[in-house]
Amino acid sequence: MSYQGKFRVWRGDDSGGGLEDFTVEVNEGEVVLDIIHRLQATQAPDLAVRWNCKAGKCGSCSAEINGRPRLLCMTRMSIFEEAETITVTPMRTFPIIRDLVTDVSFNYTKAREVPSFAPPKDLAPGEYRMQQVDVERSQEFRKCIECFLCQNTCHVVRDHEENKEAFSGPRFLMRVAELEMHPLDTADRVDQAQDDHGLGLCNITKCCTEVCPEHIHITDNALIPMKERVADRKYDPIVWLGNKLFKRS
Amino acid sequence: MPELERHSFDVLVIGAGGAGLRAAIEAREHGLRTAVLCKSLFGKAHTVMAEGGIAAAMGNANESDNWQVHFRDTMRGGKFLNNWRMAELHAQEAPQRVWELETYGALFDRTKDGRISQRNFGGHEYPRLAHVGDRTGLELIRTLQQKIVSLQQEDFKEFGDYEARLRVFQEFTVTDLAKDGDKVAGAFGYWRESGRFVLFEAPAVILATGGIGKSFKVTSNSWEYTGDGHALAMRAGASLINMEFIQFHPTGMVWPPSVKGILVTESVRGDGGVLRNSDGKRFMFDYIPEVFKDKYADNEEEADRWYTDQANNRRPPELLPRDEVARAINSEVKAGRGSPHGGVFLDVSTRLPAEEIRRRLPSMHHQFKELADVDITAQPMEVGPTCHYVMGGVEVDPDTGSSSVPGLFAAGEVSGGMHGSNRLGGNSLSDLLVFGRRAGAGASEYVRAMAERPVVPEELVTEARATALKPFQQEGGENPYTLHMELQQSMNDLVGIIRKAGEMEEALQRLEKLKERAQALTVEGHQQFNPGWHLALDLRNMLLVSECVAKAALLRTESRGGHTRDDHPVMDAEWRRKLLVCKVSGDGAEVTEKPQIPIRNDLLDLFDRAELEKYLTAEELS
Repeated sequence: MSYQGKFRVWRGDDSGGGLEDFTVEVNEGEVVLDIIHRLQATQAPDLAVRWNCKAGKCGSCSAEINGRPRLLCMTRMSIFEEAETITVTPMRTFPIIRDLVTDVSFNYTKAREVPSFAPPKDLAPGEYRMQQVDVERSQEFRKCIECFLCQNTCHVVRDHEENKEAFSGPRFLMRVAELEMHPLDTADRVDQAQDDHGLGLCNITKCCTEVCPEHIHITDNALIPMKERVADRKYDPIVWLGNKLFKRS
Repeated sequence: MPELERHSFDVLVIGAGGAGLRAAIEAREHGLRTAVLCKSLFGKAHTVMAEGGIAAAMGNANESDNWQVHFRDTMRGGKFLNNWRMAELHAQEAPQRVWELETYGALFDRTKDGRISQRNFGGHEYPRLAHVGDRTGLELIRTLQQKIVSLQQEDFKEFGDYEARLRVFQEFTVTDLAKDGDKVAGAFGYWRESGRFVLFEAPAVILATGGIGKSFKVTSNSWEYTGDGHALAMRAGASLINMEFIQFHPTGMVWPPSVKGILVTESVRGDGGVLRNSDGKRFMFDYIPEVFKDKYADNEEEADRWYTDQANNRRPPELLPRDEVARAINSEVKAGRGSPHGGVFLDVSTRLPAEEIRRRLPSMHHQFKELADVDITAQPMEVGPTCHYVMGGVEVDPDTGSSSVPGLFAAGEVSGGMHGSNRLGGNSLSDLLVFGRRAGAGASEYVRAMAERPVVPEELVTEARATALKPFQQEGGENPYTLHMELQQSMNDLVGIIRKAGEMEEALQRLEKLKERAQALTVEGHQQFNPGWHLALDLRNMLLVSECVAKAALLRTESRGGHTRDDHPVMDAEWRRKLLVCKVSGDGAEVTEKPQIPIRNDLLDLFDRAELEKYLTAEELS
C-alpha cells in the first residue's frame, strides 16, 4: 500500500527561499504531517515545522497545501492522487521565520486588544446560573483551536498589510461576539467591534468559515449577528434619534 | 560569542499548561513579577488534549457527593499509594477551582437548573466531571490563557505595559536550572525560533512541564512530553517518586498506524459505550478484581440499569479504573480475541442515538471520521492501550508544592504522589488547578520571606551553553531521530504495560548503550528553529527519566495500578508502605526505598475496615 510520493516544500527564511522537491514514502492512512516528519527523520533533519498534538486539537500545524490553508495533521494523503505533486508552503499572511514556521505574533497582539470577560460583580464563584441553550452560542466559538487559518485566509489582511493595524481578523471578531453573547458578560461590545476591531472591513465572503478545521460558522453565527447589532445601534434611525435625545453615549 | 540575553523575575514558571498558567496567575496575583516559559505557542500546551472533564465534588448531579467521597475514590484508584494529604487537598479544593474558572469566563455544559453539569467517569462514585462536550482541556487552557491576558490588560492600565508583571516567553526551551549554593537561582535555555540563549535570574522556579510519554512509541502525548521538568529537577538535586507507575489509557486509536495512540476519551464509556471482543462479548465482566466486586455489576442487565438508576445498581465494569481496563484489553488481544488491527471494539453506536453521540462526543466523532473513515454513530471504534500519563514525579510538599531544593517547586503531572499508583480520569485537570494555585502561592511566600536574592554563577552559563551546543560540534555521529525511535521502541516493548524482570534488565542495558550513543549525536544545520537540534537536547531528558522508570519498575516486585509485573502479579500490602525515590547519580539515576507516610487516622476512618484490609498490613490496622 506504500508508494513514493512527490512533494514540493517551501524552505528558507526571512531573507528568501524557494520550493524544494522531495520524493518520500507514503503509507496507508497517513496525513501530510506524517510525511513532513518522515522528511525530517530521513532527508531534512532541520526542516522547521510547528506541531503538537497531531490530532487536530491544538491548532499548531497550520500551513498551505496546494495553496489551500489547512492543518497538516488533519489532511489525509488519501485525498490526493498518487501521481500528484503536493506543494506545502507556510501561511502567507504572516512573516516567515523558517521553512513552514511563520511569526504569528499578530494574533497574540490582537487577542490582547479585546477587553476580557467582565463578570457580574454581585455573583460569587459557584453562584453562576446559565441555561444550556444560552451558553451554546458562545460555546460554538470557544471550540476555536486558534490555528489562525481564518486569519491567514481573510483577504482583508492576506493581501493588505496596511489593514492589519485596524482589523482584528475573524478569530478575534468572533471572540468579541463570544463575549457579547456570553449570558453573564456585563460589558457592551457592539461599538467596540466596529470602532476598535474593524468589523466594518469584513464583507462576509465566508472564506474564514470555509477553512475553519473546527467547522465553526464564523460568518453566519458570529460576524453577521455582530454586524446586525452594529447596524441596529448605529444606523437604525429611531435608535439614532433616541440616542440624540437621551444622550446615550 | 554573542551577548547573552538576560532577564530577571521573582517567579519563573516553566510550562504553560493548566498547572503552569494557574501557578502564574497566583504568583502575579500575589504581586510578584512572573514569567511563563513554554516550549510551544501560548495556548497549545498538552492540556488542550484533555477531553472528558474536571473532577470536582460540587454535587450538582448527585447531592450525596462531597469531598470525602471524592477522596475515597482517588485513594482507591491509586490503590492507597497516594500521598493522602495531596488527595485530601485536591478533593476539598477542586470545586472552588472549577467555580473560579467561571469567573474567568469558562462556559461549561449546564444542568437543567443552570448549574455546571457533571458526567460519569471511571472510578468516580457519582457523576463528577465538569465538562464542555469532549473538549474540556481546550476550555481550561483557553480560559486560563484569557485570564492571563486579562491580568496583562490590568497591568497595561496601571503601568502602560502589558508585560509589567506577567510575561509569557513562548517557544522557549529550558535546558538547565541554575543554583546559588543549595538554592535555585534561575534557568538557562534557548529561543526555539532563533536558537539564541537566554539566562533568567529568579529566586523561585515552578516546574509545570507535564509528563514523559514521548519516551514510549505508542502514546497519546504530544512532542513536548519529554520529561524536561523531571530531568531538570533531578539534575538540580531534587528527588522523584513513583516513577514506576505509568498510566496506559485503555482506549487509544489503533488504526491507521499514523494515528496509533491518539486518545479516545473515557467519556465514550461514561456515556454508555461498551467494550466488546471479536466474539461480540462484553468481556469486562470477566475482569472485575476482588477489591472492586461490591461496586461493579456482574451482569449486563444491572450494568445497563445503572445509567438511569445509580442508587439501586452497581456500575458497569467498563468504568473500572483505567489500569484494570487497559490490562483487560491487553489480555483479550493476547488471547486472540482482538479486533483486526490488534485492539478491541468500543461501541457507542448501538447504545445512543446518532444525534446524541454527535452532541456529547463531537470531537471523537470528528476525529474518527477525519482520521480513520469511521462513523462512530454507526460503527464501533477499534481501540487499545496507549501511554497516557506518568503518576510519578517530583517529590513535593503537598501544601506548597516545594521540592527538597529551596526555591524549586513543581505542580501538575511533573509532580508525584497525588495519584498514587494510578490516576482516575478527570483528576488530572483538577490536580493542575489545585496544585498549580498552591505552587504559585508557595513560591510567592518563599520569595517574600527570602532574605537575599540568589546570584547565578557565571561558570554555569558557560557550561550550559557548551552542553547545548555540543551536538553541532560533533561530526559523523548519529541522527537524533534514529536514537529517539530506538528509545521509544525499547520502552514500549520492555517497560510497557506488562513487565518482567528479564525484559527490564534488557531495557536498562539498551538504555546504557543509548546514553553512550547520545554523547556522540550530530545535528545538521544551524540554531534557528532546528527540530533536529531540539530533539537532541530533549533526548538527554528522556534518557534520564526512562532510566528512572526502568530501574524503579525492576525494583518493585508487586503489581499495583500502573505497574504490572508478569512475574509478580499480586498486590503486596508491604510494598504499599514503600516509595521508590530516584535521584541523580553519576551520569544516570539511582533508586532507593523510603517509607511511605502513614495516612492520618481521621482520613482512614472514612473507609470501612473491610476495605482497608484489602490494602493495608495487619500491623497498620491494629
